[in-house]
Amino acid sequence: MNLIRYQAPELSAWPTLDRWSNLRDELNSLFDLPFLTNLQRQDLFSGWSPALDLYQNNDNVVAVLELAGMRKEDIHISLHDGALTISGERKSSSSNGDNAERTERYVGSFRRSVGLPATVDANKVSATYRDGILTVTLPKAEEAKPKRIDVTD
Amino acid sequence: MNTTVREPSQAEQFVAPAASVLENADGYLLEVEMPGVNKDGLEISTEANELTITGRRSLPTIDGTLIHHESRRENFRRTFAIDPSIDVNRINARIEQGLLTVTLPKAEHVKPRQITVS
Repeated sequence: MNLIRYQAPELSAWPTLDRWSNLRDELNSLFDLPFLTNLQRQDLFSGWSPALDLYQNNDNVVAVLELAGMRKEDIHISLHDGALTISGERKSSSSNGDNAERTERYVGSFRRSVGLPATVDANKVSATYRDGILTVTLPKAEEAKPKRIDVTD
Repeated sequence: MNTTVREPSQAEQFVAPAASVLENADGYLLEVEMPGVNKDGLEISTEANELTITGRRSLPTIDGTLIHHESRRENFRRTFAIDPSIDVNRINARIEQGLLTVTLPKAEHVKPRQITVS
């Protein structure tokens, strides 16, 4: 069975170039805002680095991670010193009788750490894993929420 | 007088998802990673000797400012050439947590068989 007979006109995230675009993104992120230098990857050239998006609003910081085909028991989330770390391991799905013809999927463990832009309340952090998307909601600590200050005359 | 500006038509853009192919005696197992795709967004079709998979993502809408962005927004599409030995009528697909598993059984006559000599 052949893969990739032709790709046009769709965009193709060429698997073989994946590592090099990771390198460019690494270099770009080094020039970003101060708190983003806390964005670490386990090894600069490690195989599996799931895409992470970070949002914030007045009440929460939200992290969204693309993690297809995992079991929620295999995902570990921890919070330490203002940094969120998500890690996990994906076991290979092939059993002994199979011969892998071609694989582009990463197998093994991953680890992503990100410095958070605000202090969060560790007791109220929640996470959901649906359709292969992990969403971690971290409510901001009271003192970190924006406050309106009224001017009195 | 109203002037309408015609927007140039944008063809939908897709990204090819990562896939793995495993083979065993009974057929092939195709695994395609499409985070954010569930059964409703999935379209699988075959034509001649090609299998096309389209996955439209339903992502959670987050109310907030985007601080850091690594994911791609496009939907997924990829076409595979199918081995003629595959019985297309018995192709089976299942999607769980964004991972699509397609089972493509080989037609019976292709499987190795012992022939006894009388």
